[in-house]
Amino acid sequence: MIIVQTEPFDSAALLAAFMREAPGAGAVISFTGITRPHSAGEPVIRLELDHYPGFTEKGIAAIEDEACARFDIGAILIVHRYGSIGAREPIVFVATASEHRRAAFEAADYLMDQLKTRAPFWKKEHGPDKTRWIEPRAQDYADLARWSK
Amino acid sequence: MANVLLFGRFADLAGWRQRELAVVSLAELRDFLASGYPELATALAGRGASVAVNQTVTRGDRPLCPGDEVALFPPVSGG
Repeated sequence: MIIVQTEPFDSAALLAAFMREAPGAGAVISFTGITRPHSAGEPVIRLELDHYPGFTEKGIAAIEDEACARFDIGAILIVHRYGSIGAREPIVFVATASEHRRAAFEAADYLMDQLKTRAPFWKKEHGPDKTRWIEPRAQDYADLARWSK
Repeated sequence: MANVLLFGRFADLAGWRQRELAVVSLAELRDFLASGYPELATALAGRGASVAVNQTVTRGDRPLCPGDEVALFPPVSGG
């Protein structure tokens, strides 16, 4: 399942609901991405995430489908925020459920690497007195390349 | 008329996010942007820039039908 929303979310509540809906699973993994309060030595007050309604959801759905095909996964939840996101607030949540742990770990890792470089969002950092558009870093592309080996 | 949408840095470069433009192909749209928005046109020709017509990413030129939605955007970044 994919949820793209502007509202803040509670990772603990999302995880609890996900576990209730995956009763047959033997392993559940969750990841929460949090907006860092600094970037390249500069303070960050908030992020502004631009998105493309419809296209953004389709792009994330394609990543979810790939993960389902690649790993032995029973359930996936992806929650991604857009709009204004304050420093230290959660921005993305990924949960995976599987019968045995390896698939859930790997699928969550895969999903995050794909989302960093392929999810249709555009990120602007707002500092105290300047703004800056963020694009994926070289490390993000290196992380993505791990899965094409 | 094509419904042209700009995202991320591209919207900042142009100073607008959405416009109805009387263009009949992607090539004509690029020409229009090159004359009025040279910084955007340069960015659009750069690495990682994408064009989507009716929410499907496309490359090169193609004709545009009335009502087509054309999105222009820089490299994406989620997570």
